[in-house]
Amino acid sequence: MRRTGIMGSTIEIDASGLSHSELNQRIRAAVSSGAVSLILRNVAGQRYIGTNLHRCVEKQALNKPQIQVYGTPGNDLGAFLDGSTIVVHGNAMDGTGNTMTSGRIIIHGRAGDILRLSARGGEIYVRDNVGYRTGVHMKEYRDKQPVIVIGGTSQDFLGEYMAGGIIIVLGLHLKRDEPHPCAHVCSGMHGGVVFFRGILQPGSLAHGARALPTVSEDKMLLRTYVERYAELFGADAGSILRSPFTKIIPMTGRPYKQLYAY
Amino acid sequence: MDVTSLRWLNNPFGDDKLHSACAIFGMMEITGKLLRGDKVFTAMDNMLERGNGLGAGFAVYGLYPELSDHYALHVMFTDGRGKLATEEFLRSSFAIKLSEPLPTRKTQGICGEPQLWQYFVTPSPNIPVTFNEEDFVVSAILRLNTEIPDTFVLSCGKNMGDFKGVGYPDQIARFYRLEEYSGYICKAHSRFPTNSHAWRGGAHPFCLLNWSVVHNGEISSYGANKAFLENLGYRCILFTDTEVMAYAIDLLMHRQNFSPELFAKVVAPPFWDEIDAMSEPDCTLHTSLRVTYGGLLMNGPFAVVIAHQEQMIALTDRIRLRPLTVATQGNTFYVASEEAAIRSVCSEPNAVWTPKGGIPVVAKLGSLPQSSHCSDNLSICVADYSRGDRNDAKG
Repeated sequence: MRRTGIMGSTIEIDASGLSHSELNQRIRAAVSSGAVSLILRNVAGQRYIGTNLHRCVEKQALNKPQIQVYGTPGNDLGAFLDGSTIVVHGNAMDGTGNTMTSGRIIIHGRAGDILRLSARGGEIYVRDNVGYRTGVHMKEYRDKQPVIVIGGTSQDFLGEYMAGGIIIVLGLHLKRDEPHPCAHVCSGMHGGVVFFRGILQPGSLAHGARALPTVSEDKMLLRTYVERYAELFGADAGSILRSPFTKIIPMTGRPYKQLYAY
Repeated sequence: MDVTSLRWLNNPFGDDKLHSACAIFGMMEITGKLLRGDKVFTAMDNMLERGNGLGAGFAVYGLYPELSDHYALHVMFTDGRGKLATEEFLRSSFAIKLSEPLPTRKTQGICGEPQLWQYFVTPSPNIPVTFNEEDFVVSAILRLNTEIPDTFVLSCGKNMGDFKGVGYPDQIARFYRLEEYSGYICKAHSRFPTNSHAWRGGAHPFCLLNWSVVHNGEISSYGANKAFLENLGYRCILFTDTEVMAYAIDLLMHRQNFSPELFAKVVAPPFWDEIDAMSEPDCTLHTSLRVTYGGLLMNGPFAVVIAHQEQMIALTDRIRLRPLTVATQGNTFYVASEEAAIRSVCSEPNAVWTPKGGIPVVAKLGSLPQSSHCSDNLSICVADYSRGDRNDAKG
């Protein structure tokens, strides 16, 4: 891979008027030529930002690219992301972190539906709320464990068909004793764990998932990720962690075994 | 080398695949002030890749204020005979105030254009007493569409009009010279037909009297809905699922005066276990609606924007299988398939949120909808946490 001229530098791209393929071509060209920091201005709905970037850097490269996005990135932001960091200064749309393998996405705003669809690694931090089906089909494998931390709350079907990984929902804007407004939580879940700070509405947990109180290992895990959230968005981790959390895990690893012949 | 590897050699990132879905957009100025059409084109341009050029259309309200007491018929003829027969039919039942060609221009990419005419009409005074005026107009339009060959009525409402065809939104907008119009409600659609072929009448919006609808998704209960509606005299002729939504709107909200909220409970009702858990009188209400209007339950993924002179309604199916984002800024209400489309025409919205599935978001003349959970923007709440536990402080 050719690396000339701008090794280690920052490149700024004005995305106005660019189609998603033009924008991604410029991002890949910049990264292939050695840029480690990219600033994208005036992003307006271009899809697949940051997709396939790992094909442009060597596997062993220590400095993975960092992308700062200003504006509203389109669907499938950071799809197949492997190692890079994307910071969104605004809201993200649907399918953010689709099938992501590793790396980090930080959203200073809210995210739309199917956040982290089928993801298998890496971390996503969302300052505000998320839409429907967050973490749908998320899975883990060996050392890969996808994590989502959400500062606000979620809409329905959070953790649908979830097979692995961790989702933490902090509900920072909810009043005392106000339940998270989501329904059908963890429907079809068969792996992984979901934590809600605060309570759920009665009947909102899907069949096949159960709620438990947190134990000391959970608290250590929560501390790690809540502290990272607090550091990113300027909140006080100590006071967030003082409130009780609800832990949700699947009752069985094969909820649909009755439906299959084998 | 086989063909697959050749493809990867030519395009190693595989980004030439066509990813599409329909795009819908709507905006309403709740004071009734007229908005220029160009905002709609900018927003539709932003969602260009959601459509594939096989259908686009616009509905605009507030078009003909000087003729607002007349039904404005936008009619398409594929053949000169259709026009003769239509005009003869119209003269027999209506008083025609004005008839003129709908302004269009030659546009690259739009070929085989039909003849397009607009007629401003009122029913002639000797309507049979069994009809009220609007029923009379609807039955006349259904007759025009089904019995007169080469003729299709795009819209027949008052002070509004429908402009649609086969093409991308920018082509259709250029073809109909839409930059010359303004309205207080503007809606648009870009089509990616999946289950039926593309033709001019099958493009969205669908209009019946003053109601119009644009739709993204597929109504998999189409057969059941069609059977229910045909029992009540509607005729489904357009080879596309959205037609049943248009007739359900006519039946429930126009004829039977349902509110948008009640209409949503019919087409996107709560699940039975949710109804069972309701207290009275909600449980009885929902049970009665499902028993009476079970045939109008719309199954499958959909997001629709419905409009009428006085309101614009955004609604998705009950588990939101299609995207929809809404926003407000000043006195304007926006709805779109993608948030970026709204932001392309409204840089600093007061509130942006994604509506809950099955719950309509309604903007009316004089009132804006409110977000369900604050404004989805927690920056203030997060800032509070740096000063101690907000919940404790609230006690």
